[in-house]
Amino acid sequence: MTVAAGRPTPDRLYEILDGVKDPEVPVLSVVELGVVRDTRVAEDGAVEVSITPTYSGCPAMHAIEADIVAALEEAGYADVRVRTVFSPAWTTDWIGEEAREKLRAYGIAPPGKRPSGDDELIPLLRRGAPEVVPCPYCGSADTTLKSEFGSTSCKSIRFCTSCLQPFEQFKAI
Amino acid sequence: MSEISSGVGGRESGVPVAHGPGAAAASGAPDSQLPTPDPHFEYLLRLGDDRLVLGHRLSEWCGHGPILEEDIAMANIALDLIGQANLILGLAGRVEGAGRDQDTLAYFRGEREYRNCQLVELPKGDFGFTMVRQFLFDAYDVLVTDALQQQTVNADLAGIAAKAHKEARYHLRHSAAWVIKLGDGTEESHARVQRALDECWRYTGELFMADAVDAAMQEAGIAPDLAMLQPRWQERVEEVVHAATLTLPASGYMQRGGRAGQHTEHLGYLLAEMQSVARAFPGATWG
Repeated sequence: MTVAAGRPTPDRLYEILDGVKDPEVPVLSVVELGVVRDTRVAEDGAVEVSITPTYSGCPAMHAIEADIVAALEEAGYADVRVRTVFSPAWTTDWIGEEAREKLRAYGIAPPGKRPSGDDELIPLLRRGAPEVVPCPYCGSADTTLKSEFGSTSCKSIRFCTSCLQPFEQFKAI
Repeated sequence: MSEISSGVGGRESGVPVAHGPGAAAASGAPDSQLPTPDPHFEYLLRLGDDRLVLGHRLSEWCGHGPILEEDIAMANIALDLIGQANLILGLAGRVEGAGRDQDTLAYFRGEREYRNCQLVELPKGDFGFTMVRQFLFDAYDVLVTDALQQQTVNADLAGIAAKAHKEARYHLRHSAAWVIKLGDGTEESHARVQRALDECWRYTGELFMADAVDAAMQEAGIAPDLAMLQPRWQERVEEVVHAATLTLPASGYMQRGGRAGQHTEHLGYLLAEMQSVARAFPGATWG
């Protein structure tokens, strides 16, 4: 049993949740990732946290939910409800500059610009130059996309032609 | 369900019977003696079952992909689709209000109770077949999820569709790129994907054949008008088929029946594999 820590302020809740890291990208917290959408204290005194999934099938969501409950319990809030919300849909635009820098330092290229509404399906007809994604290891702009699918739903695989290092990029959605 | 008596049904060898695994235990089996089911529930089953069955087909490639990147890609897409099915079938269960959750709906319905289109249940074939089928479905899925996220009055469904739409877009980029690469590839790859396109084509009509459920859902502001989506699908498919130097099959007889629970012989085998553990150990959970 934990001792009730009184009614938490929103800042305090975010501070606690900022200590909960994404299980698959442990340099980012679930707050930095944009997974935590809202926190409030309900009328019955329970702490309610709203989260949104990054991808429909993201297997880390269960772990994230359990980690949020555990972190709040640890901080003295035993009565916690985690709600999943779907609207608005998660986007990598919610990942801030500081978090992007952490990703880069961890060896994952941060997400770029989201593809526009009318994607050109035929590669040779695609308008505009392909996006430049600098290598997180050597900084070279000479990198190519190998696959839009990587070790987790949220990452694609790229290859750096300068330092010959394959690396992952956070997929922009 | 007038569709059942008037529908054409599966291929000759595969006209399904209602005595498959679990059919007897089914509570909501479509049957002429039973009242017409709630169209909202039926519609959500269609959306959810398409994804569950196609996701399962893709998952069959896990460990068997032609190259590592594609093994990973197909497993990722399967995960997206099964994740979407999980959310949509959960919503279907709540709409039905009979205490069935997504797992009950996935594991304890027989093939006659499945509402997926027949296209998604066809065996995975070779990699070319898998990519052609995926492309035909993805091109449809992008349009359906976009229409749903913008139009549906069901707020839960709109939220799920908004996420699914983002995923459908990169699924489509992937499958279209492979159709082009293989079609405009070697003589062998060209011949194989052309065969796949010819084989899949008669299963594409069902995607846009609206019935009473679609009409009721469109009327209620829940579902989009399928007839409005078809020309855009056709245009996009033709664009990619052309770039792939393939020949669009002549429009002809179109297979149907999946939306009313009539499936090819292949779905029963898929469900038998997918459901066997849940049925052998009802209520079991991962520890």
